[in-house]
Amino acid sequence: MSASEQPALAADNISCWFHLPQSWVDRAVLRQPARVVKAVDGISFRIPRGTTFSIVGESGCGKSTVARMVVGLQAPTRGTFDFASGRGRNGRLRTQMIFQDPFASLNPRWRVGDIIAEPIRELGLSDSRKDTERRMHRLLETVGLGSRDAGRYPHEFSGGQRQRISIARALAAEPEFLVCDEPTSALDVSVQAQILNLLADLQNDLGLTYLFISHNLSAVRHVSDRVAVMYLGRIVEEASTDDVFDCPKHPYTKFLLGSVPDLLQPNRERVPVAVDLPSPISPPPGCTYHPRCPLASHQCRTLAPDPALIEAATVRCHHVAQARFHDGCRAAV
Amino acid sequence: MTAAPARSMQAPTPASFAAPVLDIRNLVVEFPTRRGVLTAIRGIDLTIGRGEILGVVGESGAGKSLTGAAVIGLLESSGRIAAGEIHVSGRRIDRLPLRDMQRLRGRTIGAIFQDPLTSLNPLLTVGSQLTETIRVHLPLSQAEATERAIGLLKEVGIPSPELRLGQYPHQFSGGMRQRVVIALALCAEPELIIADEPTTALDVSIQAQITAVLKRVCRDRGTAMMLITHDMGVIAETADRVAVMYAGRIVELGPVAAIIRDPRHPYTKGLIGSIPSLTDRCERLTQIDGAMPRLNAMPSGCAFHPRCHLAGEQCRNEQPPLMTAGASQAVCWRLERE
Repeated sequence: MSASEQPALAADNISCWFHLPQSWVDRAVLRQPARVVKAVDGISFRIPRGTTFSIVGESGCGKSTVARMVVGLQAPTRGTFDFASGRGRNGRLRTQMIFQDPFASLNPRWRVGDIIAEPIRELGLSDSRKDTERRMHRLLETVGLGSRDAGRYPHEFSGGQRQRISIARALAAEPEFLVCDEPTSALDVSVQAQILNLLADLQNDLGLTYLFISHNLSAVRHVSDRVAVMYLGRIVEEASTDDVFDCPKHPYTKFLLGSVPDLLQPNRERVPVAVDLPSPISPPPGCTYHPRCPLASHQCRTLAPDPALIEAATVRCHHVAQARFHDGCRAAV
Repeated sequence: MTAAPARSMQAPTPASFAAPVLDIRNLVVEFPTRRGVLTAIRGIDLTIGRGEILGVVGESGAGKSLTGAAVIGLLESSGRIAAGEIHVSGRRIDRLPLRDMQRLRGRTIGAIFQDPLTSLNPLLTVGSQLTETIRVHLPLSQAEATERAIGLLKEVGIPSPELRLGQYPHQFSGGMRQRVVIALALCAEPELIIADEPTTALDVSIQAQITAVLKRVCRDRGTAMMLITHDMGVIAETADRVAVMYAGRIVELGPVAAIIRDPRHPYTKGLIGSIPSLTDRCERLTQIDGAMPRLNAMPSGCAFHPRCHLAGEQCRNEQPPLMTAGASQAVCWRLERE
């Protein structure tokens, strides 16, 4: 990518805070401060056109909230998203989403043809019924289904085929940007391979840009160009895929990579951790990772680290920032 | 009916030490329906020895969970064991009356299921669930049972177990809850544990901790374990041997390292090739086209032949037997010629 080219999506200091319900006694009589969950807390990233940007992290780190904000299902509390493609007809974003569970994201009472034709009709992308029909059949072919499948209902399909229908529906709106929120986590590995290959083909053919959300690190390594690691609402490390996987810098990234079972080295040493993910309602002070971090020092317990640029990677860690001069790239894990 | 005398509650006798803990012979599970009988498990043979972890891996619908359910006697009411035998520590258990089976469950065979939230009672404290299970199976007083419960929680790695006993399941995190479920399964020192997708609902970081606990428990106590999962990575880390299932049959069986490094069956090859690697990146993943056959449309001959690129005339007509290939065994006509 050239530096001058505008990225497909630039997210600038995005936050999403949720207010927890509070009883009126607490609020009006005891005047307790409102409790806030900072699901996403000031994250920024840019996704160049035609590339795949992935966000990884454990459950509850805020990665799905980011996905929902990008497609507009959730309004950010602060910050802006800047899409290069601008807005399409009726001021709609040219963004679509593929959801995790293909069993819940398709209407069971609609025929597959209607499911795929709806965005075309609704967004006024075709002039005639015939044209809608033609586009719908072409989309079915694009995702590897047959024209005959248009008349069938979602329950007649397997999980992988349903995910293909879901992709066809997303493509029907002619998006430039696709948000894939755990698109393969409900699928078997051999089907996951089919879907990941299909997504790669579509990116090549249509020049799509993907935001890929997943907790499956090996799938992320396979599909992405850049990776951001999220922890309790913040991006703790962001770099190119090879940098993140071969030369992880943040202790959390190292820990995550170490927990993934590796087929070829099943008995390698692991970074042990005894502490679970802290509650996002009352995150620890200072660096939120410090209760689980083997390097934690006094500074980490009191002062939250700012993102620092280290060898083309953005890392939020006091220790990494200090050690950058006398610590070369260590091998992964 | 095999009226084997109820085994005493002592440690396994020397005879059962040598014999496998679980021995399944030619198991067939059927579901009679109005439109004919569906055969979900079509003849499975496998054994698990003391302290051994056997991984059972396969895609959804391969029959792996059903195999586990058949062993614990928890098949859905519409299903039935149509043929074959299941022996646990030398005792045949597939035809036991309900009451004997209930006594066996928890005592001889423990179970760990996928979702730790639904396998614990939300209305009872963790302590009362543990002590109840212990006292049902073992002749202990309440105080002794509590002590044992604390010991078990400590063993599965729950910090400050005395405090945790008085808490309810919702006060535990996902990983901690699964540890409680493992402790529950261990209550009466079972000889065999059926773990059905024990780590699937957990994050990778927690998953690693849980597989470590499972491994330690089996090694320390000599418990045999059937680890059912679709995640080859978990199998590689945890199991000693692995059985790969496809369409109700075991298609390959052997030591984990051998099967991962040198899979023999085309299905296993495809399965392992389709897993993206963490350490290096390839352009395209191997994919097995098509999907697992439906139970009512099982192909003739080798069930994998419609998806197999090596399939020939013989594959379409005859069911291949289990043949030895290297360190493992596989069910395929094309083994030698590859």
